[in-house]
Amino acid sequence: MSEPLLEVQLSVNGVVHDLRVPARRLLSDALRHDLGLTGTHVGCEHGVCGACTVLADGRPVRACLMFAVSAVGLNLTTVEGLAGADGTLSNVQQAFAECHGLQCGFCTPGFLTTITAGLRDNPQPTHEQARDMIAGNLCRCTGYQNIVKAVERAAELGA
Amino acid sequence: MTTRLMGTGVQRVEDQRFLRGRGRYADDIAVDPATLHAAVLRSPHAHARIVDIDVADVLDVEGVHAVWTYDDLTGPMADPLPLLIPHPALTHGRTQYALAKDEVNYVGEAVAFVVAEDRYVAEDAVGRIRVTYDVLPPVVGVEAARAADRLVHEDVPGNVGARMEQSTGDVEAALAAAPRRLTLDLDVERSASMPLEGRGTVARWDPDSDRLQVWTSTQTSTGVRAVVAVKLGLDLRQVDVITPDVGGGFGVKINHPWPEELLVPLAARTLRRTVKFIEDRREHFVSSAHERGQIHHIEVGFDDEGRLLALDVRFWHDHGAYTPYGLIVPIITSTQLLGPYKPDVYRVVFESLYTNTVMVTPYRGAGRPQGCFAMERTMDAIAAELGRDRTEVRAVNFIQPDEFPFDQGLIFQDGRELEYDSGDYPALLEKIKTLVGWDDFPAFRAEMAAQGRRVGIGLACYVEGTGVGPYEGAHVHIETSGKVKVATGLTTQGQGHATVFAQLVADELGCRFDDVEVVTGDTRRMPYAVGTFASRAAVMSGSAIHLAARKTKEKVLRIAAEALEASPDDLQVVDGVVSVKGSPGAAIDLGTVAVLSNPLRYAFDEASKAATQFTVGDPGKPPVPEDEEPGLEGTDFYSPERSTFASGMHAVIVETDPLTAEITILKYAVVHDCGRLINPMIVEGQIHGGVAQGVAGALYERMVYDESGQLLNASFMDFLMPYVTEVPDGIDIDHLETPSPLNPLGIKGAGEAGVIPSAAVFASAIEDAEGLSSPGLTITAMPISPSELFHLRLAHAEETS
Repeated sequence: MSEPLLEVQLSVNGVVHDLRVPARRLLSDALRHDLGLTGTHVGCEHGVCGACTVLADGRPVRACLMFAVSAVGLNLTTVEGLAGADGTLSNVQQAFAECHGLQCGFCTPGFLTTITAGLRDNPQPTHEQARDMIAGNLCRCTGYQNIVKAVERAAELGA
Repeated sequence: MTTRLMGTGVQRVEDQRFLRGRGRYADDIAVDPATLHAAVLRSPHAHARIVDIDVADVLDVEGVHAVWTYDDLTGPMADPLPLLIPHPALTHGRTQYALAKDEVNYVGEAVAFVVAEDRYVAEDAVGRIRVTYDVLPPVVGVEAARAADRLVHEDVPGNVGARMEQSTGDVEAALAAAPRRLTLDLDVERSASMPLEGRGTVARWDPDSDRLQVWTSTQTSTGVRAVVAVKLGLDLRQVDVITPDVGGGFGVKINHPWPEELLVPLAARTLRRTVKFIEDRREHFVSSAHERGQIHHIEVGFDDEGRLLALDVRFWHDHGAYTPYGLIVPIITSTQLLGPYKPDVYRVVFESLYTNTVMVTPYRGAGRPQGCFAMERTMDAIAAELGRDRTEVRAVNFIQPDEFPFDQGLIFQDGRELEYDSGDYPALLEKIKTLVGWDDFPAFRAEMAAQGRRVGIGLACYVEGTGVGPYEGAHVHIETSGKVKVATGLTTQGQGHATVFAQLVADELGCRFDDVEVVTGDTRRMPYAVGTFASRAAVMSGSAIHLAARKTKEKVLRIAAEALEASPDDLQVVDGVVSVKGSPGAAIDLGTVAVLSNPLRYAFDEASKAATQFTVGDPGKPPVPEDEEPGLEGTDFYSPERSTFASGMHAVIVETDPLTAEITILKYAVVHDCGRLINPMIVEGQIHGGVAQGVAGALYERMVYDESGQLLNASFMDFLMPYVTEVPDGIDIDHLETPSPLNPLGIKGAGEAGVIPSAAVFASAIEDAEGLSSPGLTITAMPISPSELFHLRLAHAEETS
C-alpha cells in the first residue's frame, strides 16, 4: 500500500516551496530532507533539547513536534535565514563567534533562533533574563557559560 | 616578526559554517531522495533466547529494500564484533554480533536490520517483524553481578570478565603497621556521554571503481576503516572513511564498529544505493554505551599528620553485557586514583563484571571521576578523623615539584609506566585556595548561619594522564596560491582543532593564519591515525602538525635560499613571505616557493606556466634532483614514550536547604595545569563544558534500570541533563603552566579535566554544609539528589539518636 501524499506550501526564509509529503512528515524532516535546509538539527525528537527550534511567524517552535502540514501559512525562519542577504552575520550569530558560544555546533542553530526571538521581545535583558532566555535549550559542550555571554553581547551589538 | 599565536585566544575558524547552518553532520550527508534509510529492531528484553524471527509481514511492505537477521550474515560479518583492546587480565572477553545470534543480553541489542525508502517506512517495517523470545532472568547492577546466582554469559563463571591487581609493596604489612586506619565503601552510578548528535553512518558504494565511501560520526575514522574492510572482505585501499562534523562525542563515539557501522556499508554494497542510519535519542540511550558504574572498598593506613602509609583499594566495575573496549575504564580508575599523591604502599584489585545492561565504553574522564571520588573521599575522611583542615592533609601527601619525573610504580592504560612528567601541586593548591577564598570561608559560613543558611566548601585534586600514544601524523602542503593545506587523521567533535592546529602551523611555518586550512578525520588525506580520546588531540596531532610544519619549512628555506642566493640560515618567513634577514628587498612568497618546488611539463595557469622545466631549476641538474621530491609538502609523525600528566584542583561552595535539602551552587573555582596553552579561550571552553558534565554527574544524571533490565529514563525528559539553570552562574578559572618535557610544544591534554573531580568536590562540600547540623554525616554515593540528601539526614539522625 502506498502512503497518501499531501500537497503543501511552506514559506521558509522568504522562499515559498511546494512539497508533497505524507501527513505524518515532521516539519524538521521536511526542512532537512525535503528542502535540504540541514542547519536545523534533531537532537531528541521529543521536544526537550531545542536543537530543532525554528521561528514560525517570529515565535520559536520545536520543528520536531510539528508536522510539515501544520506549518502551512506560517512564515518560517531557520538558521539559514538569520544572516543578512549580503551574508553579514546577525548580531546573535556575531556574538556567538566573539564569545566562543559554541563547540560542536550541533545545538547552535536552536540557540540562535531562540535568542533571536528572545532579544526581539526583550532587547536589553538583565543577566538573569539572559539566562532564562536560553533555559529551554540543551547544550552538552559549552556548559552554557559563553552562551549567556553571547546573549549579553548580542544585546550590546543591537543597542 | 609576526605575533606568535601560541597562547592567544584566537577566534575559531570553524564557527562560520556552524553559525550559518552550513555544518555537515552525518545526517546532512546525501540528502537526496535516492538515499535509502535504515532502522533497527532492538531487543525489548534484557536477557532472552531468540526462538524465532518472522519477517514475512515485512517482505511486501512497499518501499522496503532489505530485511536482515543474523541468518543473512555471512563470512566475517557472521563472526562476533572485534574485541578492540584485548588485555591479558581480560580472561573472559565477550562481544556481540552485528545482529543478535541466538541470544540477546541487553535491552536495545540489535536483532534485525531494515533498509527502506525513508526512515518512516523502515520503522513501519521494523514494527512488523515478529520475534519469539524465551525470556531469561537478567543480571542488573553490580550487586547482582557479584552475587552471581545467575549468569549473563553461561560460560563466564561468576560474571567476572576480568580480575586485575597491581601493587607497589606489601600493603597488608603496611596497613598493620600504620598508627591509624579507616575503611570506606563508595558507590558511583552509571551515566552516559550523551552527545546532542547521536550515532550516524552513511555509505555509498561506487561500482565503477570498486570503492566504498563511509561517512560516520566517529572518534576514529581509521579504526572504522580497518574494521569495515576486514568485515566486508575489502582491501583497505578500497575503503575511505570520512568523519564529517561531529555533534559531540565525549567518548561514546570511540567505540567501533557499532553494528550499524558495518551493516550500512554492507547494505550500500549489496543494494548499490546510498544508505544512511541515524540513531534516534531513545536508541542512543539503549544501544550506545554508558559509563561510571562502580563500587569501591578502601582501607587506608596513615599517620598523625595524615600521611598515606598504606592504601588498599578493591573495586567492582559494571561493564555491561559486552567488553568491546576492553578494560580501559577500570584500569584508568585503578591507576589515576592516586592523583597527585604518593602513598608508601598501594594495592588495587578490581573485577570487571558482566550485567544485562548497555555496555560500557569511556565517557569523558573515563574512570577518573570514580578514582578521584575514591581518593578524595579518603582524604576528607582522614582530615575528619584527625580534625585537620582538608587542604593540609592533601598537602602533606603531594608529590613535590622537585620529584618529577615521578614513577608511581604501576602500569598505565597504555601499557607504559605510570610516570608523571611534570607538575607543581603545592602551587595549584595555593591558587585554588585563593580563588575560592578557602581561608575566608569560616567567616562567610558564620555570616550565612546568622541568616539561617547552611553552606559548605569542598575541594578535590586530580592528575590526568593525557596524550596517550601510540602516535598521530600530519601532512602539510603549501599550494602555489600560498594556501597551506593541513591534514591530520585524528577526528574532531567540537574542540576547535581547526583553529588551534592552524595556530601551530602559522607559528612554525611563518605563514598567515588565514591561509591555513585544516582537515581532520578523513582517511583519504591521512590514512595513519589513532583517534580522538583521552585528551590526546592537541598533544598528539598538535605535535605531529608542528613537526610536519617544521619539515615543510626546511624545504621552503632550502628552495628559497637557492632562489635568493642566500644561506637558509639567513632567511626568515613572516606572514607568508620568505626574506633575507636584514635585506627587505630580497623576498619571495610561499606560493612562489611552491612553484619553484615543482618543475612541470605543462602550463595550465600562470603559476604552472612559471613552473615549467624551461624556466625552473638548474639546467645542469635533473629537474627533480636526487633525494628531492616535487611539491612543497611535509609529513611527520609524533609518537611519545608515555603519557603527559595534566593536573588540577576544583573547589565549590554550596548551600543546602535545611528543609528541602535542595543543593545550590554559590561558587565554583578551577585551577588547571595542562602545560603550555595553545588557545586559552578554547581551554576555558573545555573546562566550562567539563564542569557542566561534572555537575550533572554529581547531582543529576543516572541510568535508572529496573530489576528486569529496562532503562526507565531513556529520554531527555527523564535523564536529567543540565540546562543553564543547573550549572554554576560563572566559573572562576586560573591556570598554571608546567610544560611537558615529552613533546616539542610542552603541552598536555585539557579535554576531560573539567569533569574529573566533580563528584568528589560536591560530596566534600555537601558533607561540609551538613556537618554543622548533622555531625558525622558522610556522603558515600554519587550522584546525590535533594531527596537522597533528605533521606540521608533522616537516616543519620536515627543512627545517632
